[in-house]
Amino acid sequence: MDFLNAIILLLNYIFVPALTYGSQLALGAIFVTLIYGILRFANFATGDMMAFGTMMTILITWYFQSLGISLGILPTALIAIPFAIIFMIGYMLFIDKFVFRYYRVSKSPPVQLAMVSIGVMFVTQAVVRIIIGPSDRRFFDGEKFIIKAGEFKEMTGLNEGLAIKSSQVLTIFITLVLVSILFWFLNKTKTGKSMRAYSDNEDLALLSGIDPKRVVMITWIIAGILATIGGALYGLDKSFKPFTYFNNMLPIFAAAIVGGIGNPFGAFLGGYVIAFSEIFLTYAYKKFFMYVLPASMEPETLIQLLSTDYKFAVSFSILVIVLLYRPNGIFKGKVL
Amino acid sequence: MRKNLNVIAAYGIMLGLIILVGIFQSWNVALSIFNMCLISAVMTMGANVQWGYAGLINFGLMGYAALGGLAAVLISVDPVQEAWAVGGFDILMCFWLIIVMIFAIRFVLKHFEKSKIRTYGIAAIIIVGIVIIRITSETSIEAIENVNPATTGFLGGLGLPIMFSWIVGAFFAAGLAFIVGKVALGLRADYLAIATLLISEIVIAVIKHEDWLTRGVKNVIGLKRPVPYEVELQTKEWFINFVAKFNSGKLELISNITNKQAALNQLVIEGSSVFVKLCYSGLFLIVVIALLVVTQKALYSPWGRMMRAIRDNEEAANAMGKNVIKQHLLIFILGSAIVGIAGAMLVTQDGLFTPGSYRPMRYTFLIWVMVIVGGSGNNFGAILGGFAVWFLWIEAAPIALFLINLFTIGLPETNALKVHLIESVPYFRYLMMGMGLLLIMRYRPKGILPEKIEIK
Repeated sequence: MDFLNAIILLLNYIFVPALTYGSQLALGAIFVTLIYGILRFANFATGDMMAFGTMMTILITWYFQSLGISLGILPTALIAIPFAIIFMIGYMLFIDKFVFRYYRVSKSPPVQLAMVSIGVMFVTQAVVRIIIGPSDRRFFDGEKFIIKAGEFKEMTGLNEGLAIKSSQVLTIFITLVLVSILFWFLNKTKTGKSMRAYSDNEDLALLSGIDPKRVVMITWIIAGILATIGGALYGLDKSFKPFTYFNNMLPIFAAAIVGGIGNPFGAFLGGYVIAFSEIFLTYAYKKFFMYVLPASMEPETLIQLLSTDYKFAVSFSILVIVLLYRPNGIFKGKVL
Repeated sequence: MRKNLNVIAAYGIMLGLIILVGIFQSWNVALSIFNMCLISAVMTMGANVQWGYAGLINFGLMGYAALGGLAAVLISVDPVQEAWAVGGFDILMCFWLIIVMIFAIRFVLKHFEKSKIRTYGIAAIIIVGIVIIRITSETSIEAIENVNPATTGFLGGLGLPIMFSWIVGAFFAAGLAFIVGKVALGLRADYLAIATLLISEIVIAVIKHEDWLTRGVKNVIGLKRPVPYEVELQTKEWFINFVAKFNSGKLELISNITNKQAALNQLVIEGSSVFVKLCYSGLFLIVVIALLVVTQKALYSPWGRMMRAIRDNEEAANAMGKNVIKQHLLIFILGSAIVGIAGAMLVTQDGLFTPGSYRPMRYTFLIWVMVIVGGSGNNFGAILGGFAVWFLWIEAAPIALFLINLFTIGLPETNALKVHLIESVPYFRYLMMGMGLLLIMRYRPKGILPEKIEIK
């Protein structure tokens, strides 16, 4: 019984939250990696672009709520996301046309494009803050929990409860579906193959008749979908605050690089690597050991490897170690 | 003379703008903008040394600035005797342990062939070391943090004049840069950017949460000043006489004695804060000019030529027998040290150290905007960038307010759009920075004052 309790404890405090957080990071990391692989620059505006998509989702959600449209037990935001994606893609294509295209056509070095993306970051941040303001917003409606901790305890008669929020299940489910579609698209369709060819060797791809404009446009469209959904899911699960989104850029970068930048599957796994290690290393295991060990050996301290204050530092340290020993990432990305 | 005309014109316009602020807003505001411009100029010079001279991209400026600030605290605050008594010994022991650890790792690296076992051995040394350090330090850290937590709760500093911290801050930053450079400089440009950005976040996390050293988010306030305090100045005979003499024309117009006294008092209060700011300006100007002379000399020296050669073609420079890795590391350390000085200057001016306020937006990306806008590779350009961008950063809100009022002049005061726009005025500064950066990068990619290399 104690052993079951211990497992439920880990599930409740480590496994489910890490899986959710990892899914959110994974979507962002695939976004970063696609831009890096195909457009060939590190996009520092990642976090703020996700904030833009989430902002559109929130605004449309509010509009639907004012019209009285809702999905019942599911959050209204789910029907708002497709519309938000359209706005997001529009914004991205607009930025690409007026900002990034010039540098791409003149074949500027990647560093210059990264600098330009900092300009885009400033502008996007301003746009988001001017339109919706910098404060914390929650836009989750509908049924909050699938299983409540108390109900679970009653059901199973265990000491530990397992609470599963519907936003967590939604996040994991949508991420898996989206990523499966994306990989199918990249590996099986003609367009996806042309994108990979373009990423692999631009000149050869051009020689074989691939239209670069089309590849770039489709990349931005996919990026828009990923950014909006990733941002909206994070906002549904936690809350929407522009500053947090900007900060999330850092673990997202870490995930993309750990997974091997330019490699979407690596980025997907990288998200989970970062999320799990952050939570594993900062969780206090005292209660877990209290269940597992006999009473005489009960620990006195919290048994926490690192204080939760260092949550971000964990992912960055992993990144530094990976960069040192495997500069191409754990799952072999582009050779840089 | 003629070829420097654009430099003189640009600086003239900048000074004119600050003087305009002095006339129309107040001299206090103008001087505080000027001081921050000087500090920003030091930071941009640091970034410019790395990016403009050597083409190294360092997005970790925030970390070095924070370390400089930490130096200001550790140098100037009086030591907390009680905290040293309860935990000082253990902390010193941990310090020795770290040194022993480093030497052990060095020994292993030197005396064993590269192999898997060696890697695991080093990992084992690090893990065992960290465990021992945690065990020795845990209780004493708790004890230190429990000494008067409301006012101290940390070890304090050395109690020296705060000006020393400008040098010590440079050394702190240089030390960090040495480690980061060893680890990350081999990476390609955009990887280096991301790695330095993340490392600076780690530094901030440590400063924020190691309360025994820095008081963390509880902040350290009331640092000693290198210049007189306003309140003391206001009671000094010579200062009152000085203010009276300076404003004699204005005071003579007032005939009533009590009114005259009241006016004088007001002038003394205003004058004291202007005087203090002027003192800071003087100190900062000395630093800026000294650094400018040194960096200018370096730029035109054989060493500067070598750096440019490395920047423009690494392979060729390597083939000519220049040690690229060593020079990269050197310039990375030098540039970071300059940023460290700026960080210490900033904390000296504010008189307080707030780890929570170090955010990459303000301390990394804004500085980069300054370098790019001003003109990388040109020290005068970098300084001008620091001035222009900081000026715009501060004055963006009034400008935005003016523009909003201009464009919505037809709308009534209660119009929802107008109210919303006026509420979000502070965020227009991001918009202006972003647009400025994008426009400059598109239409004047070398900055306002481009790099120009004269061969004599």
